[in-house]
Amino acid sequence: MAALVIADHDGTALDPATLNAVSAAVRFEGDIDLLVAGGGTGTVAEAAAKIAGITRVRHADDPAYDHLLAEAVAPLVVELAADYSEILFPANTTGKNLAPRVAALLDVAQISDITEVIAPDTFVRPIYAGNAMATVRSSDAIKVITVRGTAFPAATQDGSAPIEPVAAGEGQTLSHFVRQELSKSERPELTSARVVVSGGRGMQSSENFHLVEEIADRLGAAVGASRAAVDAGYRPNDFQVGQTGKVVAPELYVAVGISGAIQHLAGMKDSKVIVAINKDEEAPMVQIADYGLVDDLFKALPALAEALDKAGVKPR
Amino acid sequence: MKVLVGVKRVVDYNVKVRVKADRTGVETANVKMSMNPFDEIAVEEAIRMKEAGTADEIVAVSMGSRQCQETIRTALAMGADRGIHVLTDEELQPLAVAKLFKALVERENPGLVILGKQAIDDDSNQTGQMLAALLGWPQGTFASEIVLSGDGAEVTREVDGGLETVGLAIPAVVTTDLRLNEPRYASLPNIMKAKKKPIDQLAVDELGVDVAPRLETLKVEDPPARAGGRKVASVEELVDKLKNEAGVI
Repeated sequence: MAALVIADHDGTALDPATLNAVSAAVRFEGDIDLLVAGGGTGTVAEAAAKIAGITRVRHADDPAYDHLLAEAVAPLVVELAADYSEILFPANTTGKNLAPRVAALLDVAQISDITEVIAPDTFVRPIYAGNAMATVRSSDAIKVITVRGTAFPAATQDGSAPIEPVAAGEGQTLSHFVRQELSKSERPELTSARVVVSGGRGMQSSENFHLVEEIADRLGAAVGASRAAVDAGYRPNDFQVGQTGKVVAPELYVAVGISGAIQHLAGMKDSKVIVAINKDEEAPMVQIADYGLVDDLFKALPALAEALDKAGVKPR
Repeated sequence: MKVLVGVKRVVDYNVKVRVKADRTGVETANVKMSMNPFDEIAVEEAIRMKEAGTADEIVAVSMGSRQCQETIRTALAMGADRGIHVLTDEELQPLAVAKLFKALVERENPGLVILGKQAIDDDSNQTGQMLAALLGWPQGTFASEIVLSGDGAEVTREVDGGLETVGLAIPAVVTTDLRLNEPRYASLPNIMKAKKKPIDQLAVDELGVDVAPRLETLKVEDPPARAGGRKVASVEELVDKLKNEAGVI
């Protein structure tokens, strides 16, 4: 049987999380089709056709699927589902919104946020925000899966698969797109950033966060915050990293003035390299960090900015 | 308009969970349990709708063991009007919960169902979307704002790159994200009053739903441990290590 990967895109460009989902699909060792849905998405379909390992791109070029509204796209996926034993989505906000709607319409369980494919019916997924890893086996004929991007490499883009059109279904009136306000920040988005620099209660004020931003900008990093910093009003809620905020797994996570409450650690401990800057040597964050700098952050951050400049470090 | 909210009893977010020695799950005996934080936000949003006059009744629903009554009482103390407890000691997976909710929706006919976007125990992030699918209703997931208007709702959603606003026909399912509101604490008088509010108890059988799990948990393990705890003496050493040893900058 074959796998179907649902491509995420913004109408013009393929979302890179799709590439990680394809890598997960490769583990099933069958054909892999990619579904691109949305009006005027020719460039997305062309980009998708270049993904290595893809058998074909199925292209539903119809404005009914614009913005990948779940109410519109889920019935389309369900219609195609009979050809597949696995349906995979990136575990980003698009995939998380869409996949369960598909699973319920197919009357199958969804396996969320997988980090490993052990066998075609057996998967590893984090629970309790990654504080435990569950190995689960699905008894359903079709596996509906969301893929944690940080757990699978990005597929390369040196292939050339055929693009086949898919007829659009009937439109729907349950929902419609109103508007979008994408963050204007020059900085990368928190959950997909290669580097994250977060500040905690130790920052002491909203104003002091510019010290964190100075480091972030030198590293091309996203800025995050602990729940304590958010509760103290230093940063808005969407900066929050942790079990009740965003779960991140960047290549480098720099925790500044964050003691390391359980719920914060749960949101970032899968980062490849962790740096803690804290004056308390006993802080849990310092204990789990790959590199702990025990120092007053108000001295350390300006010095770090200078040292990064001196070493010629530039954002990648 | 009647609003149905889901409240799940989970291990408190401040508890460090421990994997059981036999690797069948995490330890939940003698562990502090609380309402799932995203569900608190759902309850709060419903209360604000009632205060604004757009909702007239709030029904808090929980499913699971006898102790789920406590979670419902918490919602009643916050301001929900009555509770429904689907009593079972069986494991309920998201698809089963969505089917049970669908059965309750058909009895209660709410205009809106508000659920947390995910529970902080199994982190599935599925139930709201599944319920919307089963009902054939629209879904507004990861909501940071809900604006009700006549026959519809505009829901602003937290998406990866920022915010997206969708218009939904009513009835609809909405799932909450962190920025939607800050849940209130229940006051002592309201906690006392909540003791008198009614909670209906139902068995799974009464709702005629097959709740057999579709996923079998083979084992639960600790995540790979981190070999942390190394110190650097200066920012220069830190930069050197990050550049030449870790290769991340």
